[in-house]
Amino acid sequence: MLDVKAGDDASFDFLLQKYRSPLVNFLHRMVRDTATAEDLAQEVFLRVYRARKQYTPSAKFTTWLFRIATNVALNSVRDNRYQKMQISIDAPVDEDSQAPMELPAREKRIDQHMIERDRTEIIRRAIWSLPEKQRAAVLLHKYEEMDYAEIARILDCSEGALKSLLFRAYETLRVQLAPLVTRAATQRAEERRPS
Amino acid sequence: MKCEEVSRELIEYLDRRADSAERREVEEHLAGCTACRKRAEEFRGIWSVLDELPAVEPSFGFDARVRQRVAAEPQRRWFEWFVPQPRLALSAALLIALTVWIAKRPANTPVPGIPAAPTSASAEQDFNAIKDLGVLENYDVVTKMDALSELAPADAQPPEKQLPSGAESND
Repeated sequence: MLDVKAGDDASFDFLLQKYRSPLVNFLHRMVRDTATAEDLAQEVFLRVYRARKQYTPSAKFTTWLFRIATNVALNSVRDNRYQKMQISIDAPVDEDSQAPMELPAREKRIDQHMIERDRTEIIRRAIWSLPEKQRAAVLLHKYEEMDYAEIARILDCSEGALKSLLFRAYETLRVQLAPLVTRAATQRAEERRPS
Repeated sequence: MKCEEVSRELIEYLDRRADSAERREVEEHLAGCTACRKRAEEFRGIWSVLDELPAVEPSFGFDARVRQRVAAEPQRRWFEWFVPQPRLALSAALLIALTVWIAKRPANTPVPGIPAAPTSASAEQDFNAIKDLGVLENYDVVTKMDALSELAPADAQPPEKQLPSGAESND
């Protein structure tokens, strides 16, 4: 990032290559829409570029990057919610239409793929149902594998507050995803049983 | 360790980020508490379920769009360093205008909350009083003024004329 600050455009390209996938994934899990996630990721990179002159290496670059990404995602989620409230309070949200298209792996049977797709959708909905800050905490902890200090800095809270935030989030997920855990355990047991 | 304390440390313990002392404490508790042990196992199960969520890849034109937007950003020129920020410029202009207005305001204009300055007439009276201070401090003048004050006022009735002592006896 310091090279980008010095005006090296090739270094910006390097940052783009390195962080585009984790950023798009994080934003996709936050907003549950591929097109919006990509738009927001572009916005994040643009903000990084604009702020390159003011960048000071006081924290890790990823902390700074994901802090921008979290703020952008939370603003988008809140704006989107406000717009939906304006359109209709009672209209059901068609969440299936927002699910990104995933191509089935060739070696899997179609019924197996449908089961997997269902499971994926249940997991997505469970994550989505978490309050925004809890959702961001889980995504940064579970998928970005960041340490507590880093996540606490991104979410602007203490480490103690973060631990209880994570505990509450995983408690909710534990209840919501319990059927999937049981099913997975049964499947594993069946696989282990000699035929 | 109580169940409540363990629940606070459980996530850190399960993702192997707790230090050895904390790990030992949690393990000791889990060995004796069925409910917390069950919860820990369920958390582990949930984490493996969360791993099933597939990653999405950015679309083909993502990089090109970012580069396009970056290229469209206005480049800062060398003289822009001298150009102040709009908010700063506005604040400075307002401050200068306020200073000029206060400086040009007439001195006797009453400002709410501040007592009015003395007028020129009252200032003249005060000056005359100070000028007469020398007279008042002269003791002789003051004593003579006391004698004068004992005199009857001019509009009072004059005292009856005293008759000569021999006139009354003549009746």
